[in-house]
Amino acid sequence: MAEADVRTFNINFGPQHPAAHGVLRLVLELDGEIVERVDPHIGLLHRGTEKLIEYKTYLQATPYFDRLDYVAPMNQEHAFVLAVEKLLGVEVPRRGQLIRVLFSEIGRILAHLLNFTTQAMDVGALTPPLWGFEEREKLMIFYERACGARLHANYFRPGGVHQDLPLDLIDDIEAFCDPFLKVCDDLSDLVLTNRIFKQRNVDIGVVSLEECWAWGFSGTMVRGSGAAWDLRRAQPYECYEEMEFDIPVGKNGDCYDRQVIRLEEMRQSVRIIRQCVAKLREPAGQGPISATDHKIVAPKRGEMKRSMEALIHHFKLFTEGFHVPAGEVYAAVEAPKGEFGVFLVSDGTNKPYRCKIRAPGFAHLQAMDFLCRGHMLADVSAILGSIDIVFGEVDR
Amino acid sequence: METFLAFALILGKSLLLLVALLVFIAYILLADRKIWAAVQLRRGPNVVGPYGLFQSFADLLKFVFKEPTIPDSSNKFLFLLAPLITCVLALSAWAVIPVAEGWAIANINVGVLYVLAISSLGVYGIIIGGWASNSKYPFLSALRSAAQMVSYEVSIGFVIVTVLMCAGSLNLTEIVRSQQDQGLATWLGVPWLAFLNWYWLPLFPMLIIFFISALAETNRPPFDLAEAESELVAGFMLEYGSTPYLLFMLGEYVSIILMCAMTTILFLGGWSAPIDLPPFTWVPGVVWFVIKVCLVFFMFAMTKAFVPRYRYDQLMRLGWKVFLPISLVMVLVVAFVLQLTGWAQAG
Repeated sequence: MAEADVRTFNINFGPQHPAAHGVLRLVLELDGEIVERVDPHIGLLHRGTEKLIEYKTYLQATPYFDRLDYVAPMNQEHAFVLAVEKLLGVEVPRRGQLIRVLFSEIGRILAHLLNFTTQAMDVGALTPPLWGFEEREKLMIFYERACGARLHANYFRPGGVHQDLPLDLIDDIEAFCDPFLKVCDDLSDLVLTNRIFKQRNVDIGVVSLEECWAWGFSGTMVRGSGAAWDLRRAQPYECYEEMEFDIPVGKNGDCYDRQVIRLEEMRQSVRIIRQCVAKLREPAGQGPISATDHKIVAPKRGEMKRSMEALIHHFKLFTEGFHVPAGEVYAAVEAPKGEFGVFLVSDGTNKPYRCKIRAPGFAHLQAMDFLCRGHMLADVSAILGSIDIVFGEVDR
Repeated sequence: METFLAFALILGKSLLLLVALLVFIAYILLADRKIWAAVQLRRGPNVVGPYGLFQSFADLLKFVFKEPTIPDSSNKFLFLLAPLITCVLALSAWAVIPVAEGWAIANINVGVLYVLAISSLGVYGIIIGGWASNSKYPFLSALRSAAQMVSYEVSIGFVIVTVLMCAGSLNLTEIVRSQQDQGLATWLGVPWLAFLNWYWLPLFPMLIIFFISALAETNRPPFDLAEAESELVAGFMLEYGSTPYLLFMLGEYVSIILMCAMTTILFLGGWSAPIDLPPFTWVPGVVWFVIKVCLVFFMFAMTKAFVPRYRYDQLMRLGWKVFLPISLVMVLVVAFVLQLTGWAQAG
């Protein structure tokens, strides 16, 4: 008898698929419901960010970072700004550092809220996203009150932040903390303790720690597999050294662990936010919000009315920009999705010679194939949700 | 002349039931969306009419006036036939449902079998629709739902068998009557506490299994694998739009209400008042029936709001390895108890 010709079933998962998290296109090879091969096709959101940055002054390049992982814009700016500051050798004043840390943590909550709740949606629970977005809305308003934009902040600048916080914003952020912890508990009750949610996520998409290191994973992916690796702790930047927070670590490296960790990280972020708020109120937390070197930081508008020099500085900054000493630098932050790094090469002019962006999502997307093999079609969306992909940063 | 009159009477009754049912479903749909919205901290539809009361009618008009698109590569006849099958079958099951004492269009003595048969046929609409679309996601969905509906019908069947043994009849009206005049309340000497007489109390595990199987049978979350949006986009309905889509949706909701009605009849005493005293007995039976159906539907709607979706293999495991053995054992247990205590009705 001749052997039967077994043909697998190919389907396109995306780019217009409701669970594709943006514009991902996965070509799935299915044997019935079992996934045999996953072939991610990326590039549908490629905007040439890295190349564009080579043609912008350092100040003009910052907003491009908002548009990478657009669910936590300021965290990306942070990496770029740190890189520029390293090259310039600028010191950020304490208040500026505290504000940066405060808003980085708000960004972390923004990103984790989105991911935690939409991952639940990927396994079929439609209520969590709406509960989560209620809170995201409040956080977006904090963004707006600090910098004037809900999404594309352009708030972190080389040398500090663009402007000081409004007077009562700190109080409102503090008032946000307690009710938010309650929402975390509600989300935990609704999602994490749900039997079906556990059945859909426990032991699905298991990544071993060796695989994590081999594939260049970071952030929640690594912590889910059991390594307490967090750049805020491992290579502290800004004033993370003095902040008290725990690093939640998973055991099994499966989807469920990753989601539990994300929820716990939101709680830890609230802890850091509280400490920032307290430190911002102390006398040591007062003072300038950015470096006072007007060769780098734009002068105040009031100053410009009085001082010719300030006016010239302003003109030079917004036309030519500032020149950065030649050199190479790599700066990384613990973005919500993992290690977000910026590698800058400066040739001493006002524009970067090269800017390489290391997006955690790009590394994590590589996992799709070996994570999904042998799982069922429904697990693809659960796994995709749990590795937390945002296409802004994957495609750049 | 007499046959003509009888025919006209049946036609009139059917029309009356159909209109009442469709209007009821219009508001059940709205209630579904409102309950769902409330759980999600939203307002739900509130623009068309006061509190969005006319939303379903606006949706109806929208669907009807849209241009139906038929995929080029589909089997056009079957593609259009499928939604019709779903809708017509779902509606025809209502012929035997007694909404009040004597208010059934066809009071046939195999009513339960008729409902089971018709709802089993409902899967054809989905299979044919999924296959005729000639598209990959609908095809996968059709495969899934075929297996799903068959597996849960088995346990539904056994659950119904336990009720049948207690009632001693396949006639739906008789099943309701048997809940009125025997049971725990009568046994305790407080027959006016009629709700204790109903089968939900002695057959409580069966009620749970029936409810969950009904969710699976009607493709409601957490068993909405056939139209799982995070995997299969919209499942078998992917290629449908306009009126054919409307018919699918309508058929789906008609069968959901049918399942609510079956739960009411089998376990919640049908049209009978929960307390057999005035003022409860002054309320017409049909009102009690509708209230009970709404109550069961509320459970349907709440379930939808807070559960994730099962995976295909988990769904199968639940059906075959959990529900089937439990309901099988319960059939035996109920039969034993009825035989030993002599509660089984003669004939």
